[in-house]
Amino acid sequence: MRRQTLTAWALLLPAACLLVVFTHGPVLRTVLATFYTTPHGRLPAKFAGFDNYAHLIADPIFWQALRNNLLYAGLTIPASMGLALVMALLVNGRMRGRGFLRMAFFTPTVLPLIAVANIWIFFYQPGFGLIDQIRGLFGLGATNLLGQGDSALYAVAAVAVWKEAGFFMIFYLAALQAIPQSLIEAARLEGANALQIFRRVIWPLLTPTTLFVAVNAVVNAFRLVDHIYQMTGGGPNNATALLFYYLYQVGFQFWDTAYAATLTTVLVVVLGLVSVGQFLFLDRKVHYQ
Amino acid sequence: MSAGLDALLIRVGAWALALIWLAPLAYAVWTAFHPAAYETHFALLAPITVENFPKAWVQAPFARYFLNTILLVTSILGVQLVVGTLAAFAFARLQFAGKSGLFALVLMQMMVMPDILIVENYQTMRALGLVDTIAGIGLPYMASGFAIFLLRQTFLTIPRELDEAARMEGASLRHLILRVYVPLAKPTYIAFGLVSVSAHWNDFIWPLIVTNSVEARPLTVGLSIFSATDSGVQWSVINAATLMTSAPLLLGFLIFQRQFVQSFLRAGIK
Repeated sequence: MRRQTLTAWALLLPAACLLVVFTHGPVLRTVLATFYTTPHGRLPAKFAGFDNYAHLIADPIFWQALRNNLLYAGLTIPASMGLALVMALLVNGRMRGRGFLRMAFFTPTVLPLIAVANIWIFFYQPGFGLIDQIRGLFGLGATNLLGQGDSALYAVAAVAVWKEAGFFMIFYLAALQAIPQSLIEAARLEGANALQIFRRVIWPLLTPTTLFVAVNAVVNAFRLVDHIYQMTGGGPNNATALLFYYLYQVGFQFWDTAYAATLTTVLVVVLGLVSVGQFLFLDRKVHYQ
Repeated sequence: MSAGLDALLIRVGAWALALIWLAPLAYAVWTAFHPAAYETHFALLAPITVENFPKAWVQAPFARYFLNTILLVTSILGVQLVVGTLAAFAFARLQFAGKSGLFALVLMQMMVMPDILIVENYQTMRALGLVDTIAGIGLPYMASGFAIFLLRQTFLTIPRELDEAARMEGASLRHLILRVYVPLAKPTYIAFGLVSVSAHWNDFIWPLIVTNSVEARPLTVGLSIFSATDSGVQWSVINAATLMTSAPLLLGFLIFQRQFVQSFLRAGIK
């Protein structure tokens, strides 16, 4: 046992060092930094108590970013998961050309989000982008979906859905293929129609997959902002500012590191809650498998 | 409604969805392969050209960006696999004090990813003098909680008898890991490799922050700067650059479609 412990520690040492220096240490220092002021030039950081948190609560842009992020999550998570399930059901059957369909759905997943953003900027381009060209066919005028406060968040959410649905599809597809045909046959013999089979047999069996995909979708909704940077820069007027993007702006455009640390703490808490929730939920619900 | 009509509607719906899904990419391809004059209007017989690609290639140091990205993803993956293998073996096969607590700390990194710890990690890189280096971009990702987790799960499925037989023959620990565990976990290594390479090929915000010169910038950052310049770069050229930077992954995916999908699945099933 003593020797095994030594061996184990030797094997774990490289991973432990890297994790401590670049993940656990930063988390602790982030929380610590929220209680100090941002150092300026020769002015060192001073203890500030809860000033940063008071600033957070009084900061309208923070609340807007939080609201935006919740709406963005509320749009992208159900839409990408729902579409993923539909896609998986479509390509799971014996339809001709399903190889092509699967490729069509999955391809956006492979592209860098920055490249995806470039493609969609052109798509949304007022006047000559594809959307306006199609509107033109129906005699409708030009739009500026990215440039208007009331549509911009929806426009960037659409990009995320396009990128992610195909990725989630493959998890649903694998789960569907693992469902024994005999179960579905049995339900059919009992006289269940397609909708009943889906609701009573397939959907419950997909629960673990749904949870897994949901956790991924939540994390992505708070973590991925490359397209925001490229397409809107958080604008117009912070209409597309998500929490992580706002954190990036505060930390690296305004260089207010103490306040950025406070925003990081909020994000860490959000992601921490997701993982605690996942833990409790997975423990209770998924073990029947 | 008859079953035949149902099936027809489903087929039509499936193809409609697939076409909508391909439209943005198809549009980008169409523009990239046509002269700038056609970027805003479609004509079936518009002349096809490849000149947008060399135009993009010479307008920004894409060769250097490609080199940087390739160095970045290979060095990250290499270290991740070595570090991950060692740690995963300890968690899977050795008994030691504090094992479950340490494993929980490793799992934590799967949720609180270095991605969001940009402020602190930037200060660390500045202290280490690694700002604007490829090592600076890669270091926070080199110990992957996800790799450790995946490899541990795989190692746990390897029968202990194999392990014991090798030990009976006097195999050293190094030998045991390299000759027994690593070869048997090959599918997991491939799966993690594809996931890691595509993740870091596509990564943007952290490389954007930590680099500020051509010598360190990866493709994503280079592409972003190239397409943001107000110097009147044509859309067709930007689209060509966009496709160019995505091409290696896209081609890899089209050729190894099955492996790609299976790898993502294998990596996703926890």
